[in-house]
Amino acid sequence: MSFLLTCPNCGVREVADFGFGGEVSTRPSERPGPRELNEYNYFRRNVAGVQREWWVHRSGCKTWFVAERDTRTNEVLWTALPELAPPVAAPS
Amino acid sequence: MKRLPRQPSERIDRSKPVTFSFDGKPVSGYEGDTIASALMAGGRQVLSRSFKYHRPRGELCGCGQCANSLVTVDGFPGVRACGEPIRAGMRVEHQNAWPSLDFDVMRATDRVGGPFTPVGFYYKTFIRPRRMWPVYEKVLRSAAGLGKLPKRQEDREWVTEYRRRHCDVLVIGGGVAGLSAALRAAEAGADVVLVDDDVEPGGRLLVEGERDHARDLARRVADAGVEILTRAPALGYFDGLVPVWQGSTLHQIRAARHVTATGAIEQPLIFPDNDLPGVMLSGGARRLSSLYGVAPGTSAVVAGVGDSAIADALALHEAGISVAAVADLRLASADNGVARGGPLGGRLEAAGIRYLQGMTVVRAAGKTGVTRVALARVSPDGVAVPGTVEDLDCDLLAVSGGWVPASSLLLQAGARARLDAVTGRFLAADLPAGVHSAGAVAGDGLREAAELSGTIAGATAAASLGFGSDADVADQRERLTELGGGATSSDASSAPGRAAAATLDAPPPAYATDGKRGGKSFVDLDEDVTVKDVEYAAAEGFDSMELSKRYTTTTMGPSQGRFSQLAAARVLSKVNGAPLEEIGLTTARPPWVTVPMGALAGRPFEAGKRSPVHRRHRELRATVKWAGDWRRAYDYGDPEGEAVAVQTTAGVIDVSTLGKLIVRGPDAGELLDRLYPNRISNLAPGRIRYGVLLSDAGRITDDGTIGRLDEDTFYVTTTSGGAAAVEQWFSWWMATWDLDVQLTDVTQGLAAINLAGPQARTMLSGLTDLDVSNEGFKYLDAKQAMVADIQCLLLRIGFVGEVGYEIHCAAPHGEKLWDALAGAGARPFGLEPQRVLRLQKLHVIIGQDTDSESTPYGAAMPWIVKLDKDQDFIGRWALEHRDGDAPLEGALVGFTVNGGPVPTEGAVVLDGGEPAGQVTSARRSPKLGKTIGLAWVPNSLAKDGTPLAISDAGQRIDATVTTVPFYDPEGEVLRS
Repeated sequence: MSFLLTCPNCGVREVADFGFGGEVSTRPSERPGPRELNEYNYFRRNVAGVQREWWVHRSGCKTWFVAERDTRTNEVLWTALPELAPPVAAPS
Repeated sequence: MKRLPRQPSERIDRSKPVTFSFDGKPVSGYEGDTIASALMAGGRQVLSRSFKYHRPRGELCGCGQCANSLVTVDGFPGVRACGEPIRAGMRVEHQNAWPSLDFDVMRATDRVGGPFTPVGFYYKTFIRPRRMWPVYEKVLRSAAGLGKLPKRQEDREWVTEYRRRHCDVLVIGGGVAGLSAALRAAEAGADVVLVDDDVEPGGRLLVEGERDHARDLARRVADAGVEILTRAPALGYFDGLVPVWQGSTLHQIRAARHVTATGAIEQPLIFPDNDLPGVMLSGGARRLSSLYGVAPGTSAVVAGVGDSAIADALALHEAGISVAAVADLRLASADNGVARGGPLGGRLEAAGIRYLQGMTVVRAAGKTGVTRVALARVSPDGVAVPGTVEDLDCDLLAVSGGWVPASSLLLQAGARARLDAVTGRFLAADLPAGVHSAGAVAGDGLREAAELSGTIAGATAAASLGFGSDADVADQRERLTELGGGATSSDASSAPGRAAAATLDAPPPAYATDGKRGGKSFVDLDEDVTVKDVEYAAAEGFDSMELSKRYTTTTMGPSQGRFSQLAAARVLSKVNGAPLEEIGLTTARPPWVTVPMGALAGRPFEAGKRSPVHRRHRELRATVKWAGDWRRAYDYGDPEGEAVAVQTTAGVIDVSTLGKLIVRGPDAGELLDRLYPNRISNLAPGRIRYGVLLSDAGRITDDGTIGRLDEDTFYVTTTSGGAAAVEQWFSWWMATWDLDVQLTDVTQGLAAINLAGPQARTMLSGLTDLDVSNEGFKYLDAKQAMVADIQCLLLRIGFVGEVGYEIHCAAPHGEKLWDALAGAGARPFGLEPQRVLRLQKLHVIIGQDTDSESTPYGAAMPWIVKLDKDQDFIGRWALEHRDGDAPLEGALVGFTVNGGPVPTEGAVVLDGGEPAGQVTSARRSPKLGKTIGLAWVPNSLAKDGTPLAISDAGQRIDATVTTVPFYDPEGEVLRS
């Protein structure tokens, strides 16, 4: 595996400079039931396709940002600071 | 073999002799020689012994591709003698032969064992009885193999520099196609890197009489701004990243576009005893004579399948080597234009070289080198036609079985090998986006076609990045099509041209033979696989390319199938009666060239760390070991004495490795309340609280102390190993929550030294004006003060159970602080005594005594979870669901061993004879005079006084459960 990511602070760097934070999921806002809590803690969508995920510039500025990446080709569509990320498209 | 008169294209400097040693004896060559060319000029024909049969082997390819010339250089095995330039004083040794290269006792496996050691022999024979395998293995390992690594660690070390290079276009291969591509792309404005494995770019131009043109072209390429890396083979293709190995540097080159111009590889012919020294590829023989002025033989026979062999024969003749005959497999027909050697035939005649139309080699003979060959016409399945066999004397048999595109990198990039029906060659088709091919690897091997296809590839690659336009290479495209090139462009219009090109070569039979018994016909020289081996394997059912490869190990040797893959496919095709395209080719995996592990290995991303006080530990002769990324002092030679000193007088331990974070801002308390299960925001300035971090599943991930320095500022410590993860954990939640708070990681900016023991207070009072009385500086107080004239933050905490002060200061002052504390009489103690001391207090070490299942309830700290606090905190929901129930993961308890040994960490706790838990820590406590520990046990056993059965590697150890600390259970010492 080898590709480039654009850190919103530092610019384009090798993927090895970054830490992977997994796919973006939403923490429940209210106290969840056991099943919902288990799904939040342990289940991931793990899509074969475009996925929104967390990355941290581990060897650089340590900024967390979100990216959309195609898990099949490792093509990175965009990266952005979380507050500037485009809203997630409604599932079709 | 001898040195020829000066050759027009030679790269040796005859005015500069260089002396090195081979097997201890001096050998001299000239500057520019390779090890192989110098050895051959000195008369040595045998360079190695083969892998399995220990047959003598000589030079084959002459260009660093085959495994015949593997030698050990200055202790490093696996160096290719035909690619490695000589240096004065280098020590070269042979491999895989004993007692000497010229007399190898293991040759017996060939002479005697041949018929008894077919492929698969080892798997079948040495599997029973199983207990004998270690014995068999030892013998087999010493009998087979390719060199030995140096024994001493310091002799094996390899220092590699990693370099990352980003460019627009990477051109792999510096032949005429690669140079043309690089030139065109660079002239269009692209940033171009060109890599080549030879000492200078030029490829076949250098060998084939166009050295000056090659150098002129290379100079223009360099002038156009291309970065040229020589002696720098590309190792593979990884999602667009191409590692390029150049001596002690590994270039990691990432390009937006790739032009693969890796050329083609000349193939050997298969016939009985085709591995005799003196049997060489004709291009290799030509390379040796033209570049190094070495005659690989004095009297040559050339056998080929096309024009390139005839050209090589003429070149050998011009170099001064007597060529007796050229056997050309091609039969003349009315329209193929190859009668009497075609266009080059006239020159053969003029040179007085016999031309044998339609003949090929059916046997080589000789003892340690070829002395005689048999030539014949052969039937389509390769058997000599009776009455056509002719024997010739020679000491060099130069063979050429045609050329195979070196398409491995393209296949690794995702291209498919497809048989081009017109030329009968496997070409890489369906190239992925951004990957181009040019020159012989694309089927455009002829000089003009290669140059055209290189220019086109360079223009296309650059234009796709917005540099220039590829419209202005339309003329070149047209001309290339006329020449029969551009096959990989899947442009059908070039088919007629390719048909013309197809007459250049005739596909050889799978193997040729004179029909007599005896002799081995090798398909794969690296692994000593013969035609018979492949046939036997097929008869046993290993009849597909992928199965055959794995069973016979064909193509799995150091030359990665360069010379054997097509040959093996042809044999399988013959056995199965299936066409070649159905047999297919396998993908040679990276690395495409042999590379020392040392050039690839290393820890490039995790730097090893040393505390700012590390020098003191070295001076004190500490036992230093790795602890995560850190080098740490385990003890100073007397762990028991050090532990006793801490409990009787005082000790100092370097805890600079602790993670240290400053959390500051109006919302700092709010952030910490959300991250820790206990209350942090109500902590008074100047006070400290212990905290554990949880995941949202309620599991413990780290622990440490939180001190409030002022209203807005908290000083947070973490475990040594968890510092980076906690920093990421904090900053990740901060990226999610909109809080007014900043995080600063000061782990490596601050030193920290823990002073602990009954006399710690007295010692500290001598170094500071701070009121250190128990009233002035209470347990869990944080104070900022000068200690030994150094600005320090003092935390009164007690991990080791005695009155203790964890003193933090700027890293550059660490040694000075250490010296002051040690000078006041505190004895340095290491990690090992600290572990004993904390165990007496049942203080857990996260990651040692807890794992990914441990909750605060199980880990005996339910008091830290404040479910009554208002904030939601990470892990709260999971803990609420389990509140009041027995923890699922069991319970962490202390235990005392009732006599017997110290259990190993990880020893099994039994419940009713069944495994039910494990020991996580155990030590002998000198203070208590007994063995104590921590273990996870079933909840039913988690009561004081419960007997505990421990099974440690089959040994039974009896222990008793204790849930209160062994030492100072009420914490009176700590608070005194």
